[in-house]
Amino acid sequence: MSQSYNRGLIEDFGRWREFSAGMWAWIFHKFTGWVLVGYLFTHIAVLSTALAGDAAYTNTIQTLESLLLVRILEVGLLAVAVFHILNGMRLLMVDLGIGLEAQDKSFYASLILTGAITVASVPTFIAGAF
Amino acid sequence: MSTQVPKQKEAESPAEEESAPSVGKQRRDQAKAERRTAAEKQKEAAEKAKEAEDTYHIKVFRYDPEVEGKQEPRFDEFHVPFTKGMTVLDALMYARDHYDPSLTFRHSCRQAICGSDAFFVNGSQKLGCKTQLSELSEPVRIEPLPHQDVVKDLVVDMDHFYEQMHAIEPYFDPDELPDGELEEQRQTRENREKVKMSTRCIWCGACMSSCNIAAGDNQYLGPAAINKAYRFAMDEREGEARKQERLKIIEQEHGVWRCQTQFSCTEVCPKDIPLTEHIQELKREAVKSNLKFW
Repeated sequence: MSQSYNRGLIEDFGRWREFSAGMWAWIFHKFTGWVLVGYLFTHIAVLSTALAGDAAYTNTIQTLESLLLVRILEVGLLAVAVFHILNGMRLLMVDLGIGLEAQDKSFYASLILTGAITVASVPTFIAGAF
Repeated sequence: MSTQVPKQKEAESPAEEESAPSVGKQRRDQAKAERRTAAEKQKEAAEKAKEAEDTYHIKVFRYDPEVEGKQEPRFDEFHVPFTKGMTVLDALMYARDHYDPSLTFRHSCRQAICGSDAFFVNGSQKLGCKTQLSELSEPVRIEPLPHQDVVKDLVVDMDHFYEQMHAIEPYFDPDELPDGELEEQRQTRENREKVKMSTRCIWCGACMSSCNIAAGDNQYLGPAAINKAYRFAMDEREGEARKQERLKIIEQEHGVWRCQTQFSCTEVCPKDIPLTEHIQELKREAVKSNLKFW
């Protein structure tokens, strides 16, 4: 048999309905990881305005906090960070070989906890934005 | 229902028809009539099966590079009469025997030991003979294993998989052999328990096919090969020197470290081998044999 048919990427994202818990955990972990890397740069940019003096820094922070978009993004950032931390602990357990048979449950648990913490944080982040 | 390229049924020469009916012609006519009734019967059976209530609707991936009309991959639909306890493999065999003899797939033992009939059933890697039709939603979509080249219909090229399996030297190879020729090499019960699950591998290739990392990195050993390495590296009878050699193979760049614990392989393994757990354990062994704090 000289030729054979190459089907390309079969298990690409088009099959997302058939992904299992472990797969979703992996995708979310990658995604949140990249978001956090991106945030790191903006974080450093904002903090470095303090180099221009106290007033400049205070001014930057106050301006940012007055924007509704920033308030909403902060909630998103918290959700991303919390999920990454919780799933990171799950992966730590997986690496240590503890509770591998419950890895899907721990993924669901970290999702639910992330949701709960995010919802609970909304009043704090949005207070005074409107 | 049959998907064979339509045969030229009226292929006999007219000169022959004109002559008086010879014995040979009579025989040919009879054979032709039989063929026709067989074809009709096949069609009838297919139609009846479609109408009957207790049938399963399966969609099977078809591709044959050697026949011109089949070079473009497509799905064929079959309606297979359902009997209690019917597996995906049974349905495929029924479709082949009753509707289309050209339907090609590997199978042998029909009891989940030979590892020939791993297919991509309704979006996940399953062993055809071990998967009950009643557990699947219709239409049951049966495709060849993903991330492997298709040779024909449901048959995939397993060469790469076997190469990776052989790369980890999958045979028992102890440091020291016992003195007496007939002396047994006994294993402790605890040690046997430790490697028990890993010995169950049937080389079906479902795990390798489900692994995203293996799909993107052709050099990655893959879950099955690493599991095989685990089976021998953890076997205490082989000795420390051999274990170090085995660890050297699996701790390379495209060895255990490529695993990103998606658990896809563990999820699909028809023999319920905790593949991810074994890979993780080998990762820890690799770290232990390399990390020195003094």
